[in-house]
Amino acid sequence: MNVRQGELGVAATVPKRGDPPSWPDQIFDILKRGDIRQVGYVPDAGHSRLINRCKADPAIRDVVLTTEEEGIALAAGAWLGGQRSVLLMQSSGVGNCINMLSLIKNCRFPLLTLVTMRGEWAEFNPWQVPMGSIVEPVLRLTDTLVYRVERAEEVAETVEAALDLAFGGDLSVAVLLSQRLIGRKVWTK
Amino acid sequence: MLERRAAIATLLANRPDDLFIVPGLGSTTYDLASLGDDDRNFYLWGAMGGAAMIGLGVALARPDLKVAVITGDGEMLMGLGALATIGVQRPSNLAVIVFDNGHYGETGMQASHTHATVDLPAVARGCGIADVSEASTGAELKALAAKLLNLDGPIFARVRIAADDPPRVLPLRDGVELKLRFRRAAEALHA
Repeated sequence: MNVRQGELGVAATVPKRGDPPSWPDQIFDILKRGDIRQVGYVPDAGHSRLINRCKADPAIRDVVLTTEEEGIALAAGAWLGGQRSVLLMQSSGVGNCINMLSLIKNCRFPLLTLVTMRGEWAEFNPWQVPMGSIVEPVLRLTDTLVYRVERAEEVAETVEAALDLAFGGDLSVAVLLSQRLIGRKVWTK
Repeated sequence: MLERRAAIATLLANRPDDLFIVPGLGSTTYDLASLGDDDRNFYLWGAMGGAAMIGLGVALARPDLKVAVITGDGEMLMGLGALATIGVQRPSNLAVIVFDNGHYGETGMQASHTHATVDLPAVARGCGIADVSEASTGAELKALAAKLLNLDGPIFARVRIAADDPPRVLPLRDGVELKLRFRRAAEALHA
């Protein structure tokens, strides 16, 4: 697998023929199998490949958001209209969602959130740490079930289980994709 | 200036079967409830700032239905970014209608930003919503009602209402029931 600098200064992986699918591609396949039809996201480097896959799929409506809490309300609306959705965000966005998550809890909407973590392993930017370090307890306080992934080989089974749990049980479920999994952000070109 | 209960009654006098409504928390939820309960109403009692995005989610999921978000200026101000997101998505079946009295009716009639400098129709236009209108007379309101019948959105409308506080009409508060009955009502309209 070759590694090259991405547009945002982030190491992006370029799969070669014969490589197993990367974990973002595995997530995309799971979302497709799970009949996810709307994807709300605030742009994020860690989710960039998954976002691009979703944008390229005519059966998935990609909805770029100005703030993550919009995506909570979008997911509720999608479900009211009979569709499944997923919400993609970075850990700093979790803090933007807290009051809107009362909509999910009050109405028992299913909600699947995939969070790329910042402010932990090898973080260079201290401004990411205050929110990143409290993502898990904050989500738990909202009655969101939280599953954390550290290694690439655990991504697919965890996301698949989270999707089944969210839509099978009308629950709020978040998967935290750790910073170690995503890789170091490259700060200088 | 229009009286809010008369305004909602005029707006929805000929509500079509396929018009689903998300009112904002507080006064617009009471306004909608004053017309009688309906499974196609997703009353909000919280989630301030979320009404327009809930409407967008429904509109994208069901392009065959019409969706109207009817909310107040305070609720819209809390989620202005939703207008930007709707401007990008451009759903043809979504109307965002703001009952604007320049005040927070639920909390003691404090002045809102629209009472001072903020022009919500200009914000909507700036977000790329092409069809923006205002209604401050009965005739303009009837024109808006007609637009809902043949919705070609996204549309944004400001309905200028008086800053009064009519008796509250309190609808169902159970979120699970509101969710299930709205979703079933939408499913029942599948061709």
